[in-house]
Amino acid sequence: MSIDTAPTASATALDATSAAATRRDILHRLLMTLGPILIALVIAGCILLAVGVDPLAYYGFVLEKGLFSPLGIQQTLTRMAPLLFLAAGLIVAFRAGMWNLGGDGQFLLGAVTAAASAPVLVEIMPAWLALFCSFLIAMVVAMIWSLVPALLRAYQGVNEIITTLMMTFLGTSFANVLVKLAFRDPSTTVPQTRTLPVEDRLPRLFDTTITSGLLLGLATIIIVHLVMTRTSFGLKLRIVGANPRAAVHSGLGVPGLTVAVFAISAGLAGLAGAVDIIGVQGNVRADWNPAYGLAVIPAVFLARMNGFAAIGFVFLLSVLSIGGESAARRLGVPNTFTLVLVSIVLIVLALAEYVDHRYHQSRKA
Amino acid sequence: MSSSSSSSVGRRDIVALEGVTKRFPGIVANDSIDLSIRPGEVHVLLGENGAGKSTLIGMLSGLQQPDEGRILVDGKPLPITSPRHALALGIGTVFQHMMLVPTLTVAENLLLGGPWWQRPKTEELAARVAEITRSLGLTVKLHAKVAELSLGEQQQVEILRAMVRNSRLLILDESTSMLTPKGIDELGALMRRLVEQGLAIVFITHKLKEAAAFGDRISVLKLGRKVGEIPPERFRALGEQEIISEIVELMFGKQKDDPEAVERAVRADAAPLLQVTDLAVAPTDNAPGLSSISFDILPGEILGIAGIDGNGQKQLAEALAGQRATTGGSVRLEGAAIEALSVGERRQRGLRYLTDDRLGEGTVGTFPVSINFFLKQVGAAPFWRNGVEQRAEIDKRAAQLVRDYDVRTPSLKTPVARLSGGNIQKVLLARELAEGAKVVIFNKPTYGLDLANTLASRQRIRDTAARGLAVLLISTDLEELLSMCDRIAVIANGALVGTVENTDDARTKVGRLMIGLAA
Repeated sequence: MSIDTAPTASATALDATSAAATRRDILHRLLMTLGPILIALVIAGCILLAVGVDPLAYYGFVLEKGLFSPLGIQQTLTRMAPLLFLAAGLIVAFRAGMWNLGGDGQFLLGAVTAAASAPVLVEIMPAWLALFCSFLIAMVVAMIWSLVPALLRAYQGVNEIITTLMMTFLGTSFANVLVKLAFRDPSTTVPQTRTLPVEDRLPRLFDTTITSGLLLGLATIIIVHLVMTRTSFGLKLRIVGANPRAAVHSGLGVPGLTVAVFAISAGLAGLAGAVDIIGVQGNVRADWNPAYGLAVIPAVFLARMNGFAAIGFVFLLSVLSIGGESAARRLGVPNTFTLVLVSIVLIVLALAEYVDHRYHQSRKA
Repeated sequence: MSSSSSSSVGRRDIVALEGVTKRFPGIVANDSIDLSIRPGEVHVLLGENGAGKSTLIGMLSGLQQPDEGRILVDGKPLPITSPRHALALGIGTVFQHMMLVPTLTVAENLLLGGPWWQRPKTEELAARVAEITRSLGLTVKLHAKVAELSLGEQQQVEILRAMVRNSRLLILDESTSMLTPKGIDELGALMRRLVEQGLAIVFITHKLKEAAAFGDRISVLKLGRKVGEIPPERFRALGEQEIISEIVELMFGKQKDDPEAVERAVRADAAPLLQVTDLAVAPTDNAPGLSSISFDILPGEILGIAGIDGNGQKQLAEALAGQRATTGGSVRLEGAAIEALSVGERRQRGLRYLTDDRLGEGTVGTFPVSINFFLKQVGAAPFWRNGVEQRAEIDKRAAQLVRDYDVRTPSLKTPVARLSGGNIQKVLLARELAEGAKVVIFNKPTYGLDLANTLASRQRIRDTAARGLAVLLISTDLEELLSMCDRIAVIANGALVGTVENTDDARTKVGRLMIGLAA
């Protein structure tokens, strides 16, 4: 249906009324976020009842351990650091219409190279420079890892969903091999990399256990958001994502942009690995794979690839996973129930989105 | 204007609308419309883009519900709640864009939508199809893949699908816009046979000639209102020309012909702005290649490319714009070779390409109107400084272009896909004709536009040439080329088969070239 009102006089008038509409919109978004979370909590509560656990006690623990206890909130905020980097990487890729699902492989390779390089580098240069170099190495390694899917997509049109997923299997295994063979710390019996001394890791914030990686993560995701929405580079990526044929028609170098998108996205995933190792873990144990990359994907989708909304969803994800882990230990619920809870929340959120969309469609029709 | 009472007439209405109104945010799409649809009649709904035709069809086919008024089916008020319900009532719709699954065969497409627990009744279908096609004089290849059929054949399959489902009312939405002239005539004949069998047909179009040639009853819509109706009795009494002039008056008031062409001097002594020599492009799976394409265009000249659609027009335009790799030949702009330059560099030099695929590649539908003006200048000053978007600059310039090119949009932030085709075309015109243009390639610039926008676009093209630019006008509409061009080249099978000066006998010469005879 075309909209043929009087040309431009009405255009400005319409803009003026949009402020009220924006406020209503924000209210609606809030309702659409909190409502489904409540429903999800009820559903998960029913499951808990069925296995003989008091849901209220469980949720009490989750909130206490994930949000209200000083130690819990510190853990939650610390957990956010790598998740924010991963989310930032996914925002770049998804907005450009490229489905980089290889975050875990890129994350682990970044983590392993950071873990291998940091303890060596701190011995030969000032700590801040050593950490910076480790970050850089992790980023570059992850970028190189993304080259195969990037080049295949850019010049051969090979679907990147398949290639990045395949590369993530290879990547996690390769990271493991590196830990067990190349970077293994000879002074311990368990296969792991050399441990970075606590005093050389990223500083903690004030007198808490929160890693300063959180600030880096927040800065990164906000910068990414602004780049994607306010700059010509971001607009070019969004054009490629929204209509690749229009990008070609407009004279954008689509293959080059494709490779750039993969490099940025993978580089940020590599940084996520580095920030987790250099800030928190200190080393990489063999077979360590937190699979953050997959957990972040739905959060980024629910945030509609908006950086600020993504911060909120990443926070929620962290509360649930930190709180859930300790609540599970206390009440004898299997540890994996955290995942059950997180996935129920995500599914209900997605369903609500769908129902809302349908409702709007039918009202419009 | 006849109101839709169903009793007094011999043949009762299958479907009647009474005072139907439909509102969308900011506009009234249909305003108190009365319509009566009777068996044995082709009821033409005529109106420009945005007149409310599609909304009306949406309500008849159950996609949308009226806000006011009522729909009567067989004389009884009955809300049509869903497309499934519409089908059950015998209302079949053939939409503007094909709704067949291209990878399935015709038979499989016809069997879609049956109960999932039953094996598809292929034999029953074959018998039923044979019966229908025999009475209509159609041939349908049941086992051919839909993708292998021409657009006209696909449309016949869609009509057949409606018939297999026992439709009593067939709605054809802009069905001729994709067809060749021959396909259009065939569709007209088919509609005639269908109504002779007692079917009712609603035929939506914005082409006057088709309305006059195929209709029994014509209703004219304008800006959501029904402004007039020509009932069958009057229709039969009038000749084709009288009908057309009556409709034109209803639709546009008096303005009907192209304005007088501006005096425009081709500078014959000047050096050509665009020189193409022996351009060649390799054929691909679904597109013909180009071979030995050569032509020059002088400043202020309009060179037309005539030919039947699909003979390499799009390939030619894309090769010139740099979007398609060439295998040989040279392209010179103001004497400098540009065939090795990228799309962006060619645009910088002043070569502009106005695509025929407005939403597919010309714009990003979900982006606001303002950004779409500058899609080909992303990163350029003053709209971006050091890579940072200058929203105030963009909005200021966009508002100016909206005014200059009379783009009807609710706001600069409106996603461009929500505008009508004519207004999207104005956005493209504004973008391509912006400062620095020297050579402009127009590919089917008036395709799918209503009359008012067609005339406006043609005027823009003439003005462009009058400014001393070189214009390459690719069109499948011979009338358009004859009314605008200085010379017309004919393309067939990816090669230029001849170039004709646009003088009095150009029509016959171009026509002969198009069907493969020497001029």
